[in-house]
Amino acid sequence: MNVLTQRKPAPYSLAAPRSRHRTYTSRLGSVAYHAVLIALCFLILLPLIWMISSSLKTNNQIFVYPPQFFPHHPHWSNYPAALRYIDFWRYFANSLLIAAFTVAGTLFSCTLTAYSFSRLRWPGRNLLFGICMATLMLPFQVQMIPLYIIYFHLHWIGTFLPLIVPPFFGNALYIFLLRQFFLTIPRDLSDAAIVDGAGPLRTFWSVIIPLIRPALAVVAVFSFLDAWQDFLAPLIYLDDPSTYTLSLGLQLYYSVHQTAWAYLMCASVVFTLPSVVLFFVAQRTFSRGITLTGLKG
Amino acid sequence: MSIRRRDVSRLSVGLLFAAPWIIGFFAITLYPSLASLYYSFTSFNTLQPPVWVGLQNFQQMFTSDPIFWTSVRNTLYFVAIGVPSTLILALSFALLLSQKRRFVGMYRALIYVPVVVPPVVTAIIWVWILNPENGLLNSGLAVLHVPQPGWLADPSWAKPALLIMSTWGFGQAMVIMLAGLQDVPEHLYEAAMIDGAGAVRRFWHVTLPMMSPVIFYTLVVNVIFSLQYFTQAFVAEGGGNNLGAPLNSTLLYSLYLYENAFSYFKMGYASAMAWILFLITVVATFLLFRFSRRFVYYEGGEQ
Repeated sequence: MNVLTQRKPAPYSLAAPRSRHRTYTSRLGSVAYHAVLIALCFLILLPLIWMISSSLKTNNQIFVYPPQFFPHHPHWSNYPAALRYIDFWRYFANSLLIAAFTVAGTLFSCTLTAYSFSRLRWPGRNLLFGICMATLMLPFQVQMIPLYIIYFHLHWIGTFLPLIVPPFFGNALYIFLLRQFFLTIPRDLSDAAIVDGAGPLRTFWSVIIPLIRPALAVVAVFSFLDAWQDFLAPLIYLDDPSTYTLSLGLQLYYSVHQTAWAYLMCASVVFTLPSVVLFFVAQRTFSRGITLTGLKG
Repeated sequence: MSIRRRDVSRLSVGLLFAAPWIIGFFAITLYPSLASLYYSFTSFNTLQPPVWVGLQNFQQMFTSDPIFWTSVRNTLYFVAIGVPSTLILALSFALLLSQKRRFVGMYRALIYVPVVVPPVVTAIIWVWILNPENGLLNSGLAVLHVPQPGWLADPSWAKPALLIMSTWGFGQAMVIMLAGLQDVPEHLYEAAMIDGAGAVRRFWHVTLPMMSPVIFYTLVVNVIFSLQYFTQAFVAEGGGNNLGAPLNSTLLYSLYLYENAFSYFKMGYASAMAWILFLITVVATFLLFRFSRRFVYYEGGEQ
């Protein structure tokens, strides 16, 4: 189901059913409808438009009162200057690296676990799955302090390890999502493979995996965004500035002298761009994921 | 005999495939949770080993730490106003966008965009827009000759500023509600129309009851997330130098917990706060489920 873009007839409609003599009013209604929605969309996106507009102003223009909606002479040169102002590309690369490991680890651990929880039959399976779901209720705050102590003793603080190792050990939400998907695959398919003499690993790899590519895409996209945008875990575990992610690095525009607003806006635009592009490119994947979990996006 | 051997082999294959999560469960979920439960009964500054102090942390929290109560009040305010505003906005937009019209797909996508903006950037943009002197919002209010609040600089306006920031991401809940609306059977609307029900009555007597499980689900998820709201509130006050400013008016529970742990290194106290947060989450979820029996309609009568 494609919630974001779907064009299937909507069951709920405020408009009365159409009859011929009402086409004129309904056309008027349609104009009003689109006018209202365009205005609302504009209002909701205004903060982002304002971010872009501010990123193209000089530090003098930015404080002009009343504010100019769009600068007459956009300062594109802000961008290279802003990205030199802090070690932007290093933080960008750090974020990307952590996100890549997170995606790989999450796909590896959650696919195997979800497969076991849905397609294999073994005693104790449902109990363990129940425990796995229960951990969804546990706030990260409960684990974060002992994890800090553990990582501290392992000399992991200030390295990427506290962020890139845990994804290889499962994530309850994505296990749930993948399990939902596994359950929709007819049992006959894997049974046929077993009759042909394939073991569980072989069945998993050559029968099941090709069938769940759409679900893997959902997990890849969502876990990428999780890692790309995460703030609390990097804040706690990355104390060496050379390991900062972009979420942390943007703070530096505040602390160096006074806030360099125009530069900060440039960096924010570049930081936001991958997420937004990914969303528009992978809209179908987003919709599928949201309807499967109802949680993430 | 052979049956038992088959069971054992099934078990070992099952465990093997689930091994990543099982190892993770013990190493990064169960052990840390129990450790923090233990720390919550100790005084622990990370330099010396934890010292058992019994219930002292909890006693201090409830009886002699007014800032703890400030953070609780701020968080409750944030949940009590933020979650309903988000749900009402989400449902209204979902109703608007579930109509069969051109471009609705585009509108849905555009309204969802704030959800994919990194939380740090969300905070930065809003701090900039809510700037009391030359921010976009106050400049607009000045044109309309409306008094301009100090927003994040004014203790009585900082919480509403935070609420504006968090409500901006209502697209998340909207999309879930859209999915719910698509599952309401059309024949119910047709029957209601034949009975002469107008749009308002169709909403109250068909849409709302049929949507109640979805609304309830969004409510629970939003309450849990709001209780842990951290990033935007942290960044909005300039990145950790003056958490909760002005005058602790934006000091949410998770901020005060972070401050105790990583600014004051009171790990025992912070662990105690973390466990109280967990208990609040469990109790809130339980109460919502109890309460829901009266209001949530499940088709087919299955609970």
